[in-house]
Amino acid sequence: MKHRTFFWFFLPTGLAMLLFIALPIVSVLVQSVFTPHGAVIETVKNCTPFGCNEETTINQEATRALRESQPLGRFVGLGIYFDRGHLAINEVRALWANSQGLGQFFKGLGNLPFYRAMGFTLTFTFLATPALIALGMVIALAVNSISQRLKGVVIFFSLLPFTVTPLIGSLILFWMIDSRGILGTALQWLADDPGLSLKASTPLTWIMLIVYQVWHAAPFAFVVFYAGLQTLPQDQLESAKIDGASRLQQVRYVVVPHLTPLVTFVALIMLMDNFRVFEPIVGFNAAAHATSLSWIIFNDLGGETRQLSAAAATSVMTIIGVAVLLSPVLVRTWRDFRSKK
Amino acid sequence: MKLKNILLAGAMSLVAVSAAQACEITARVSVVGNEFPAIQTVGAGAQECSGAEVTTNLTADHQKINVPGMQGNPAEYTSAIIANSSIVALMNEDVIRPLDDLVAQHGGALKSNQLITINGKVMAVAFMANAQHLVYRADVLEQIGVEPPKTYEDMLVAAKMIRDKGIMENPVGGAYAAGWNLAQEFNNMFLGYGGSHFKAGSPEPSVNSEAGVKALEMMKALSAYMNPDFLTHDSNATNAEFRAGNVAIMNMWGSRAATLVTADGVPQEVVDGFAIAGPMTVGGGDTPASTLWWDGWTVAKNVSDAEAESTFIAMMNGIRPELMANDDIRRQAVWLIDGYKPTSAATGVFAAAQMGTIPYPMLPYMGLMHSALGNELSDFMQGKESAEQALQDVEAAYIAAAKEKGFL
Repeated sequence: MKHRTFFWFFLPTGLAMLLFIALPIVSVLVQSVFTPHGAVIETVKNCTPFGCNEETTINQEATRALRESQPLGRFVGLGIYFDRGHLAINEVRALWANSQGLGQFFKGLGNLPFYRAMGFTLTFTFLATPALIALGMVIALAVNSISQRLKGVVIFFSLLPFTVTPLIGSLILFWMIDSRGILGTALQWLADDPGLSLKASTPLTWIMLIVYQVWHAAPFAFVVFYAGLQTLPQDQLESAKIDGASRLQQVRYVVVPHLTPLVTFVALIMLMDNFRVFEPIVGFNAAAHATSLSWIIFNDLGGETRQLSAAAATSVMTIIGVAVLLSPVLVRTWRDFRSKK
Repeated sequence: MKLKNILLAGAMSLVAVSAAQACEITARVSVVGNEFPAIQTVGAGAQECSGAEVTTNLTADHQKINVPGMQGNPAEYTSAIIANSSIVALMNEDVIRPLDDLVAQHGGALKSNQLITINGKVMAVAFMANAQHLVYRADVLEQIGVEPPKTYEDMLVAAKMIRDKGIMENPVGGAYAAGWNLAQEFNNMFLGYGGSHFKAGSPEPSVNSEAGVKALEMMKALSAYMNPDFLTHDSNATNAEFRAGNVAIMNMWGSRAATLVTADGVPQEVVDGFAIAGPMTVGGGDTPASTLWWDGWTVAKNVSDAEAESTFIAMMNGIRPELMANDDIRRQAVWLIDGYKPTSAATGVFAAAQMGTIPYPMLPYMGLMHSALGNELSDFMQGKESAEQALQDVEAAYIAAAKEKGFL
């Protein structure tokens, strides 16, 4: 394509990306290095149905003057990134100095919101992603080998979990796994423990969230792999058969290598998605056991006093996290691209 | 029967028409607020006005959207229905207007204790009072032969008896869901033990104290008699447990308790046994382990004067004294409206007020403290850390947030 043609072809996309992706990221970045001005506090007399009281309130006139002179707020640099709600530099340093042994250090780390969230998020990402890829592959292979007449129906049902809105899907499961729900009661019966509760135990909550994510996202992997299977080189398969390859060997040496680029693609998308895990935590009311960076952002914005700077800093850290997570896959894709040239 | 219904419907529509005639507005009204029954009534009353569109957005997530929805100019919401906790966020961001002129012009039916004045200016109009208090099953307590508990210590004794007699496995209910609810239960217990969230007159935290530790230990003791999923139970889920007959004693909001057993499908013995009493004290203290609340409405700052006036008129129509003639509405809350005669459902909140319950603090930094409590206490409730450690975490989290917001 000529450079000129390419420029005009790309311009609308480029503009949209600049407006809707680059600018918001810049604004979040700016937000994360500024905090609100110091509040000018005064004591005033307040009257409510329960009587009058001297209480503290913010002096709006003085605060407005401060705001108007510097609308962005106070510049604090990376201050927010290093505070206890985020990287907690001072707390981690103190912990390192004071703890005897690594066990105590990691236990203390789990007590800090950012590291606790990362602990769950990374476990979730690295268990759910491979599991859903494997499950998606198995479903794709199974669907590909059933009779043509059944395929339509089976594909439709296999796709259902993906089409259910995550929040609704997790809510339905949340009620089913309640200790009085059908799955919860079944588990109690199976484990022979009437006090067993999925929602009250941290490890079980983690497992439940991971299983939910695999159930929810496997159809996505399935659809991609199923499409890939339609382009299988039949001649290679036939020659493998003639060479005496078993079904398993055919899958191992012909099908999987053929689908590798798609596996990379699904892994890329799903790593990104799973790192930003959010809806299941809200849907399952699981915040006491599992938090993620996205949940922290939601929580900072949802309190009676919103913490915009804290939420912005966590957002930037999420973007960095996704970039780090994707870098091996991206580097590999780039190498493949170069070697093909 | 049918004729009666038709007559009733006719009468209702007549009432509606006369109300509509009484309430004429000229500009847009848009209301955001919580979703419990009394607020639904106020919202519906405001919507009876004619002449311009009145929309309401009543949701449990109201406090996530009211500040952003009022910061724009013009503001999306012309009125926010708030309580003593959530007015602080609106005050901090300076998005609501003083109502003195409007009260003078259109506020005829208001009583002086309905006017929430901050620094001498009317900032909100309160229409109901609220508090958490005891809700219990009289039949179950009779069965074990104890009086309704007056203290949390008595509650523990009663809970043990109910469990030991095999009547219920988890007889205590509590809205202990991690987050806002858990923090609120801590606030109750903490104030009951004589604690104070902040050092006098300053934003410095002081929850890591003897009262804090005792409050947490009492909550832990209670949770042993709760459904093991208690950290996921908010008020709605706790009420569902009570309705299902799984819970016999609980600390519940007056605004929700009143209509607790009117839902469909509640077993007859729960309906018959349902009873209300005042809030409980704890640790031998005189102050109830509860907080007093008012609910009221505000008018946005960033709207035209015509919209503000229409909003005021419509909201006044939502809390007009004639509503107090309706028994169902009267039962929904402890109204502060002129002409309200208390129903039996109001005893809990009235007792709370008479016993000198402390109002929920209206401080600019209380919201940050509440969030910090909600995030950091669940580890203790699960037995993962000590009470002292949990309270230390709360203070550390609060200090980080307060520094960011410029309070420290």
